[in-house]
Amino acid sequence: MAAGLGSRKKQRFVIVGIALVVLMGTVLLVLFALGGDSLSLFLNPSAVVEKNMKAGQRFRLGGLVQDGSVKKLEDGLTFNFTVTDCEADIPVSYHGILPDLFREGQGVVTDGALDGSGVFVAESVLAKHDENYAAPGTMPENTDGCRHPEESAGSGL
Amino acid sequence: MIPEIGHFALMVALVVSLLGAIVPHMAIARGDTRLMALAGQFAYGQFLLVTIAFGALTYAYVTSDFSVSNVAANSHTAKPLLYKLSGVWGNHEGSLMLWILILSLFSACVAYGGKNLPLRFRSRVLAVQSALLVGFLLFVLLTSNPFMRLDPAPLEGNGLNPLLQDPGLAFHPPMLYIGYVGLSVAFSFAVAALIEGEVTPLWARWVRPWTLAAWVFLTAGIALGSWWAYYELGWGGWWFWDPVENASFMPWLAATALLHSSIVVEKRDALKSWTILLAIVAFSFSLLGTFLVRSGVLTSVHAFAVDPERGIFILAFLAIIIGGSLALFAWRAPKLAPSGVFSLVSRESALVLNNILLATFAAVVLVGTLYPLVLEAVNGTQITVGPPFFEFAATVLMSPLIVALGFGPLLAWKRGNISRAAQILLPAVIVSLVFFWISIWHDAAGLIMTGVGIALGWWLIFAVVLEINKKTNFFGYPRGFWRRAKGLPRATWGMSLAHAGLGIILLAITVSEAWTEEALRLMKVGDSELVGGYSFTLEEVTPVAGPNYTAVRAHFLVEHDGHFITRLAPEDRVYSDPPMNTTEAGIYPLIRGDLYAVIGEYAGSNAWSVRLYFKPLISGLWLGASFMALGGLISLSDRRQRIGAPAGKKRPDSVPNIPKVPKSAKPTKSTKLTKSAKSTKPKKSTKLTKPVKSTKLKKPEKTGA
Repeated sequence: MAAGLGSRKKQRFVIVGIALVVLMGTVLLVLFALGGDSLSLFLNPSAVVEKNMKAGQRFRLGGLVQDGSVKKLEDGLTFNFTVTDCEADIPVSYHGILPDLFREGQGVVTDGALDGSGVFVAESVLAKHDENYAAPGTMPENTDGCRHPEESAGSGL
Repeated sequence: MIPEIGHFALMVALVVSLLGAIVPHMAIARGDTRLMALAGQFAYGQFLLVTIAFGALTYAYVTSDFSVSNVAANSHTAKPLLYKLSGVWGNHEGSLMLWILILSLFSACVAYGGKNLPLRFRSRVLAVQSALLVGFLLFVLLTSNPFMRLDPAPLEGNGLNPLLQDPGLAFHPPMLYIGYVGLSVAFSFAVAALIEGEVTPLWARWVRPWTLAAWVFLTAGIALGSWWAYYELGWGGWWFWDPVENASFMPWLAATALLHSSIVVEKRDALKSWTILLAIVAFSFSLLGTFLVRSGVLTSVHAFAVDPERGIFILAFLAIIIGGSLALFAWRAPKLAPSGVFSLVSRESALVLNNILLATFAAVVLVGTLYPLVLEAVNGTQITVGPPFFEFAATVLMSPLIVALGFGPLLAWKRGNISRAAQILLPAVIVSLVFFWISIWHDAAGLIMTGVGIALGWWLIFAVVLEINKKTNFFGYPRGFWRRAKGLPRATWGMSLAHAGLGIILLAITVSEAWTEEALRLMKVGDSELVGGYSFTLEEVTPVAGPNYTAVRAHFLVEHDGHFITRLAPEDRVYSDPPMNTTEAGIYPLIRGDLYAVIGEYAGSNAWSVRLYFKPLISGLWLGASFMALGGLISLSDRRQRIGAPAGKKRPDSVPNIPKVPKSAKPTKSTKLTKSAKSTKPKKSTKLTKPVKSTKLKKPEKTGA
């Protein structure tokens, strides 16, 4: 049993004190967490090359699925394809069911990390979800020689 | 013609709201009671006009009037009627109309149900409500007019996003909006109290039913949304810490805190400034949430508005409402009479702790949600704050809350005795420790956190049982239990039920995260797969034609030890307007857990990729959430304390007012936790099942292993 809080002042002091401790603890926690795995960068292929991302470091890779690059392995569930922003290409490997809207030439965002051989091993693949919406960051900046069916990022329902 | 009537009604409503926002203050300044009473008439008028406008829009949807551009953009003649109706609020303009409709409905309810409020105070409240309505009406009329005509009218509309064509989602937005907007009443009461410069226990008694009602709807709305994600998005996830989800979670956290702190104001006349601040903050979170989603700033699963021009208006509106009310708070709050004193160990202190933790959690969620936006604005780096961050915060902040939650209701007001509470709770401590060890032993690979989650869940449930036992002496003398149980105020039962619901949710999250089994396979017709002890046999795959889609449907026979359990029929649908695919999972809930099957693409040679899950106890999530919402409703129905308080505030279905929660007053803190449960998740992460929805795309799809 704690001592009673005799005065209003003391009461306020204790409450504010506890609140501050919790708050500071939380700030530390936030800083700590923001420095770790929970924060993932969103990069397009040329940024991946530029930043020289290390193997095993998680990030999200966004770009276009290169035409003709999608291959299904024998198990029927592993897919290899290339994500490009028309300046750099990153090979991606994904084991799972691809989104319904996954198509060559369309924008995708994948989440995962590079393996030792420079292949991006995706743990999830998100595809654009309708005909006039492109995932932010997936529109290539130089469109020469790079096909993207929708040039306008409109409203995605 | 009908749309023009709707448009006109909106403009008239704007004028009426302007009057409603100004006249009452003038009347009060002049002391003219007849003029003050007019505030109620304005509220009825606004409601009537907005209803006409909303009805006009609905009519345009039902009749598929494609000369209205909003209808053409979001509806289609082939849609079933339910989705024509839900299409009304399944888009930016329409959802704002719904918001306005609910806001004016709440004003009318305050005018009607608040007859026992002092006239002067009621007029102030209604004036604040009217001012909010002015802002929203301006927003709609200036930037998002749903009645805009299209000439020439197209023959066919664009249709509604198929993901939204679902019964769960038809009702998710209205529930959530009722929750959001319900908090506007608490906000208006707070602002009115600041203007009047007085906060009394009576004030808390008036506010509480409204807050409780809003909280109930918010809880139900969030649960419905997560249920929808669970069965519609097709990868078995139910919460992703998506910014849009966070946008609804923050008001919920704040509302939960408010619910608890207003009890302290009511019972003990303490924490007044804080409670006022919470009321303001809770509604600010609602506004922020709505606008974050509406402005398209956050592009995520739910964001269907991408229009930066509206952003300016929104920012200005937020700045005026939030900034203005906080400024008013800073100016007037110091004038409020000082609070009562209480001991360090007391019900009040427990509620303060609840508030500190809830508020901190809300702040952390806010930071996690906005940080990527700020960073991108500052230096263009695009990042995502992922679930681990929020889960970590939930674990750290909510675990102490759950522990304290067991004690809170057993402590007396003013000065409690913690060792006595500990004695009462000893069995719960033992039970939870036993469960902790069992879960650790049972699953050597399991993380400690799984054990902790399970222990906390049982702790909470048992603490609630022991607390009820203490009040009714059920174990000591069972015969008179019912009589004594009936003697307890309903608010007490509501609290206990909601707290127990939290415990159930915690267990469900922990267990389902730790022991979900998943299989990703290519299956041919006739193949079987064993998942979680259940054998799934693919019997056939058939084409299906729906009203506005075609689909392939897989038929799974599920057996356990050779006994027939059920048949699952997941579909992969292709909608034509707009063209897109959706996944309809086949789900069968058992008491032990859910059987969950999804069919993917055709892989050639009669084989299909499929994903099968066994998710233990996951139904507990929605069961627990229903307990919470039900607890809130029961508490609302407590009439015992009505004397002196205004009669029914709140929405029609629930009966309001309960302001006082008798002894046991610790209300539902439970809510918050809901998520926290997630904490246990660390383990799952290894599994990875859950895709990150976060960044922008709408339909995340599966993840690989």
